[in-house]
Amino acid sequence: MPDLPKKKVGLIACSGEEMPEGTVSRRAVREVLEKLRPDDAVALCLPLFLAGGEGERAFARHYPTITIDGCEKRCAAKATEKFSGRPASAIVVTRLREGPGTCAIGSARCLNAAGKKLAEKVARAVASETDRLLGRKER
Amino acid sequence: MKRRIPVVPCSGIGKSLGAVAREAAFILAEDLSPERTKIVALSPLVMGDPETCVEVSGLPAIAIDGCKLECAAKGLAAAGACEVHKIAAFDVLRRRRGLKPEGVSELNEDGRLLSKAVAEEAAAVVDKIVGEDEDA
Repeated sequence: MPDLPKKKVGLIACSGEEMPEGTVSRRAVREVLEKLRPDDAVALCLPLFLAGGEGERAFARHYPTITIDGCEKRCAAKATEKFSGRPASAIVVTRLREGPGTCAIGSARCLNAAGKKLAEKVARAVASETDRLLGRKER
Repeated sequence: MKRRIPVVPCSGIGKSLGAVAREAAFILAEDLSPERTKIVALSPLVMGDPETCVEVSGLPAIAIDGCKLECAAKGLAAAGACEVHKIAAFDVLRRRRGLKPEGVSELNEDGRLLSKAVAEEAAAVVDKIVGEDEDA
């Protein structure tokens, strides 16, 4: 039996520096990569993706991707669709923030406790989508 | 100079030097030169968001890149900055060989020191741009 490459999901965070939700997207992706699903996901670098990184674009053409955007500009989702293909799943942090009890989450430079908690919530959503895309039961 | 100088970090997510570039941009725009600089996010810039592009069009700008692929510098040039001043975290690291930056979500102490050094080099570029503008 040949040793086939393991199917993984590509995560693309907007990392927007102008708003704290961009930092949340970034932190959430690192949380998934380092703790929640280290064997099932890889990060695709959005700046490189935008600048013409063929490796990043090729990965996104052949493997499922999850985009994590800070705001409704949805730069990561639009870039993925433009350069590779429609993302398999698209998460927008501001949508997960909505609802009663919404509070300040800190700055783009430094998230406060609520911001870090929101990043954990987004990370769990990304991990859940990763499981769904890989056809696994949620853990 | 009436408009603030746009500063664009690469914000790469895979390696520490991307995080260093990002943190350096915050140090520059919030601590060292808040009146004269402004962070502009790379993603909307490259995606052609009109509100973002107008922030850099026709202005001298500073790109802070983490790696030699220089995504921020390329993005700024494509968006119409009149002059792109490049600061490269990997170059600054080469001159400070003792530092071993680690971490992405949270930089270690060496990462923070390197960020500060990168920001200080960028601040010197800001002084130069402003000086040239005043001389003109």
